[in-house]
Parts: sequence; structure tokens; C-alpha cells
Amino acid sequence: MSANFSATKPSQAGTSTAPTRESSGTHTTTEAETKDCVLVEAINMALHYEMARDPAVVVLGEDVASNGGVFRATLGLKQAYGSERVLDTPLAEGLIAGLSVGMASQGLKPIAEIQFMGFMFAALEQLICHAARMRNRTRGRLTCPLVVRMPFGGGIHAPEHHSESTEALLAHIPGLRVVIPSSATRAYGLLLGAIRDPDPVIFLEPKRIYRAQAQRIDNDGQALPLDTCFTLREGEDLTLISWGALISECSQVADQLHAQGISVELIDVATVSPLDMATILQSVAKTGRCVIAHEAPKSGGIGGEIAAQLAEHALLDLKAPVLRVAGYDTVMPYAKQEALYLPGVVDITRAIQQVLAFG
Amino acid sequence: MRGRQQFSIHFLQYLDPQGKLDLPLPEWITDTPLVLAIYENMVLARLLDQKAVALQRTGQMGTYPSILGQEAISVCIGLAMAKRDVLVPYYRDAPAQIIRGMSPAEVFIYWGGDERGGNLNGASRDLPICVPIATQLTQAVGVATALKMQGEEAVVVVSCGDGATSKGDFMEAMNLAGVWDLPIVFVINNNRWAISVPLAQQTRAATLAQKAIAAGIEGLQVDGNDPIAVYEAISKAIQRAREDQQPALIEALTYRLCDHTTADDASRYRDADELKAHWQEEPVLRFQQFLHQQGLWDADREKAMQQRCQQVIDTAVSDYLALEAEPPSAIIDYLHAFLPYALETQRAEILLKDNAIKSQGDRK
Ligand SMILES: Cc1ncc(C[n+]2csc(CCOP(=O)(O)OP(=O)(O)O)c2C)c(N)n1
Ligand SMILES: [Mg+2]
Repeated sequence: MSANFSATKPSQAGTSTAPTRESSGTHTTTEAETKDCVLVEAINMALHYEMARDPAVVVLGEDVASNGGVFRATLGLKQAYGSERVLDTPLAEGLIAGLSVGMASQGLKPIAEIQFMGFMFAALEQLICHAARMRNRTRGRLTCPLVVRMPFGGGIHAPEHHSESTEALLAHIPGLRVVIPSSATRAYGLLLGAIRDPDPVIFLEPKRIYRAQAQRIDNDGQALPLDTCFTLREGEDLTLISWGALISECSQVADQLHAQGISVELIDVATVSPLDMATILQSVAKTGRCVIAHEAPKSGGIGGEIAAQLAEHALLDLKAPVLRVAGYDTVMPYAKQEALYLPGVVDITRAIQQVLAFG
Repeated sequence: MRGRQQFSIHFLQYLDPQGKLDLPLPEWITDTPLVLAIYENMVLARLLDQKAVALQRTGQMGTYPSILGQEAISVCIGLAMAKRDVLVPYYRDAPAQIIRGMSPAEVFIYWGGDERGGNLNGASRDLPICVPIATQLTQAVGVATALKMQGEEAVVVVSCGDGATSKGDFMEAMNLAGVWDLPIVFVINNNRWAISVPLAQQTRAATLAQKAIAAGIEGLQVDGNDPIAVYEAISKAIQRAREDQQPALIEALTYRLCDHTTADDASRYRDADELKAHWQEEPVLRFQQFLHQQGLWDADREKAMQQRCQQVIDTAVSDYLALEAEPPSAIIDYLHAFLPYALETQRAEILLKDNAIKSQGDRK
């Protein structure tokens, strides 16, 4: 795919199945179109691509069909693939998740939308108790190849429960993959990877950057692997690790520090579970210093998991303590105080300077 | 328990869309101050709603769910409840909350993105509005259980939208209310839409009221744009809940004359003619016509009342705009009764960060 990242994973396990070109469906994919897309449009494009390619794919959720999704991620799907495959469900997240598990067990590939991550909780019983376990419980007889898409994260001045980042809750569940794109190109490739993955994948969409910078995307159906961090920028002095919307602040910080002669290696974790520690360890072996930034509350977050693994496997490489820049351990404030909660450029820069100043 | 059962759902309506009478009026209609309070609160609700939308459109407030066309339901909930009762509202219930003592400014404060809008002046034990759909319903039966266990003669009124009836919480709550004989009244604002999903895609049931039958409690459907029917149904249900511990469900049929919220554009999925037709049934004008017919109303009174309401709104707006920002520590100070020592460092960091933001004028 396009070249604003390099996948540095040593082993190339095959989650990114190449698309079958002689596909059924109405969409002819012989000549890949190229389009400038923002993140939410890239998601839409990937959904269109895969619905055309694979008749087993169905899209379901609240307001996804007639309305095309409250963020317009599913726009045009109903018109293109019909109301048999693009389903407005009743308002019930537990139903959406259970329905998806059932569909997936019988050969369909449901892509469910939970309108906002804050409304996933009624769905968790199905996802945790069943989706994540179906393969294990039946020793591979039944499987659960489903995707649950949910917009998440703060910064859009939304009402309560529309801004949280609870990816660590999901990452804690064995059997669920948790994937978070941070750009339009990665959203396209990772979503295709998620849909083609034979197991349940939670696909978290950083809505703050839904309509940020457009990128040129080849609509060629190329999936990205689901077990590989993306090294967005190579550097020597420090490894900066993040995911989702915060990647754009991290890039800004890396730019600013570069001007001051500090070279930051920036890693987009992208697949927060299972976690590709190989890429991270390789980087820290080189830089010896690491800062992890995430929007979710600090305690019990994925930053803690990464730091723990660094302590286990990279103690002798480390020249300084690993610092985390994160949200506070408090309820996500409503819009008026949201900026106070969200980690930003200043917080990340300060942590990096602290780590660089150590020892 | 054996055998076939027959059920029917009654539909209650006094005023047709032209404000004409269908049925002999209930006795309370002679209570002129009450009748006029219904009207004035509906007008206040509409003006407040218009102002809230205007504040959002001009960037002075966040996303807001309008209640245009649905005013009668919440106003009648507010007026039918006794002070000691407990309201478990949903997000289109500002009129009831205001009648029960919330200051109108709190509507703007809450939707302006400030937690103090959920404080309800600190005075009542009503619950704040619930954003996750239907979750208030199971809490409400908990409130009713507490009131009952504590021997109080208080009743719970809980409301939700038509979409909310698709969640298990709705049946779970009604079911328990039946089994435990709880003093609770469920009110559905059936505005026919859940964002872009019409009611026909939520259920094949001919009425939502009939869902009560499966829970073994009383279910009634009312014309939700006829304030007389709504008030009569809710006040009688509250009385039965109070005196006989009999729960009930009231489905109020209305129509969402607005977008779902200010973040929505209903013209994408809703037929303009359908919307236009429902404007003929809206409750405020309908009730005004009734008041005229009863000889209770004239142009002078209308003018004086409009001015009174406008005054309330103006005060609410200036209170909202003049409200000083909360201190930064508020984002963590209400998390626990006492700040756990483990969070002291983070609290200090919050204050530092706030200083940095203020001195830079930019969070970055
Ligand atoms: C559990 C949950 N899922 C989804 C949402 C997003 N959402 C907000 S309002 C709404 C529709 C609610 O429809 P209805 O119950 O009919 O109430 P109305 O808004 O029409 O009054 C949806 C899906 C939510 N707030 N909570
Ligand atoms: Mg509704």
C-alpha cells in the first residue's frame, strides 16, 4: 500500500489474505480507483469494497441503512447491496451483538456498528462470553468471524458517554482482537483485514479525526495485517508509542523535536490486542527510551501493559524510565472541561524531555 | 392460567386535532389554574426549546435534543406528580424537570457541556437524565422498590422513547414492577422515530401499550398531543400506584416535529409530507384553541403570558452565559466522597495543566 509507514514486523503471519479478483457481486474491481478520502470515507470505501467482493458480508446496526450511519460511515451501502444485507436493527445493543454471533456461527460475516463506544456495554456479554470463545468452546467447529465497529474517543464536544476511550476493557478479553486506525489509509487496510480475519475483531474508530486530513487511497482491496505495529517515522533518540487520534499530536511533537535536533521514532500500535511487541522491542533496543501516549485513563490502560513488557524484556536496553502520557483516572468530563482531560502536544513534549533528561 | 386470554388496549383522547371535544371532560378540568398551568408550561417549553436550538446553532451550546411537538407529555408528567414523588426522566423531559424545580438555565448548562446542569439545584432526589437509552428503566424499579421498602407513599414516574422499548431493560423493568407490585408509572414518548428508524422497524406490535399486558400490568394508549388525555391518564395512574401499589404503562402517541438532535438532519430519511401532516396535530395550538372555546383565553392573556415566558427564558440565557467556569479540580473532585490518596498526584497535575493551558491560551 501507500508509503507513509513501514511495517517492520519480522514474521509475516497471514491475516492479510489477498483479495480474490474474480469476485461475485456487482462491483467490478479490475481497475482500482484512486480517491482522496478522509478516514470515515476510507471506512465507507472498504465496506463497499468488501460487500461487493464477498456476499457473506452483512452490515447491521442502528441507523446504518436508511441514514447511512450517524457519521455516514455506511452511506450508500443499502442502495448498493439492498436491505437484505444492510440492516437497520431495533435499538438494542445486546441484540446487535448476539445477532452477529449467531450470524457468524452460520457462515455470514456480520459487520455490526455500535453507534458510540459508550453504548457498547449491553453488547459486552455477547462479545465476551460468546464471540471471543466460540472457536475455543467448540474446538474450531464453530467460529465467529465478525467485526464490531465503534466510534470512540474525545475531542468533538459531544454529550456524556460519547467521548470515552475504553479500549483496554476490550483488550483485556482473550479472543478479541482490538484494532484502531490512525489515518485514512490505515483505516481502509485495517478494516479489510478485520473483515477477512476468521475471528471476532473490535474495530475502534477515532472519531475526532474522522474528517481530518484526506489521503490518497487506491481502492485495490489490499488488507493490512492485524498483528503489526506501524513505524510511522524512524528515529534514534526515543521511541514514542501511541494509537488512534493522538497519533497526529505525536507526529507534531516529533516534527517540533526534529527541528531541535531530537530524533523520535514514532510507532502506531494500531492493533492494540494482540500486541505486536516485537516491533516495539526492536525500536526500544535502538533508542533506549520510551514514552507511551494514550487518551484513555492512565491506570489499567494499554500503556501499562506495554511498559510492563518493556520491563520484562528490555530492562537492559532502557536508559530511562518509561513514561506514560494519558488521560486522568477520572470520568471523561463533559465538553466544557474536555480539553483539560485530553493529553496534547505539551504533555507529550514534557514527558519526552523528562525521559531524555534522565541519567 | 390455562387457556385463551383476550386483551384490548384502550385509546384515550378528549381533544381532537382541532381542539374539539370527543368525550365528556374529566372533573379536574374545572381547576382553571391547573388547566392554565398546562398551557403556560407548554408555551414555556417551546420557547426554551427554540432558544436552546438557537444557542446551539450559534456555537454557544452543544448538541441538543429538541422536544418540539412533544411538549404535552413532559409537562403533564411534571404537573401530575407530587413533590415527594421521584422522576426518572429521559432527555426530552426538561419541561417536567423545570416544573419540579430545576432552573431553566440548567437545560443550557447541561447541554452546554457542564456537569452542573445535572445538579438540579441540589434540592430534589430525582435522577438526572440518562444518555444510554433505556438504562433509566431498571433504575426506576430500583427507586420504586426503595420507596416501597421504606414505607413512603411516593410514586416513581419513568419515561423513555419508543426506540427504548426495544431494549431488554424495558421488559425487565415492567416485568419486575408487575411481580413486586411496585408504585411506578412508565411513560413512553412515542414520537414514531428513533433517530432514522421508524417505529415499524422496532416492532410489529400494533401498540406499545400492549407490551404491558405481557408483564401483567395495565397498559393504556393516549393521544400524546392532547394534554387533557395525557394529564388524565398519568394522574390516574399515579393515584393507583400510590393507593394500590399498581404499576402502569402509558404510551403517549406524538410526533417528533424536529430533527433527532441538532446533530441530525431528518430530511435525509423522513418524508416532508409526513412531517407537514403531523404539524396539524401539534399540542400547543390545539390546547390554545380549546382554551378559547372554554372562554378561558383571549389575545391579551396570550400576550401577557408570552411576555412572562420570554422573561424566564431571557433570565435563563443570561444566567447561563454569565456562569463562571468550574474550577479545574472539579473534573476529579466529585469522583469519590473523598479523594483517594492515590489520586492526589493526578489532581495536582490537573491544576498544573490548567495553569499551563490558561497561560498559553491553548491546550497544545
Ligand atoms: C444504549 C444506547 N444506544 C444508542 C444510543 C444513541 N441514540 C441516542 S437517541 C437514540 C434513539 C432513541 O430513540 P427513542 O427511544 O425513540 O427516543 P427519542 O430520541 O425518539 O425520543 C439513539 C439510537 C444511545 N444513546 N444509547
Ligand atoms: Mg422516538
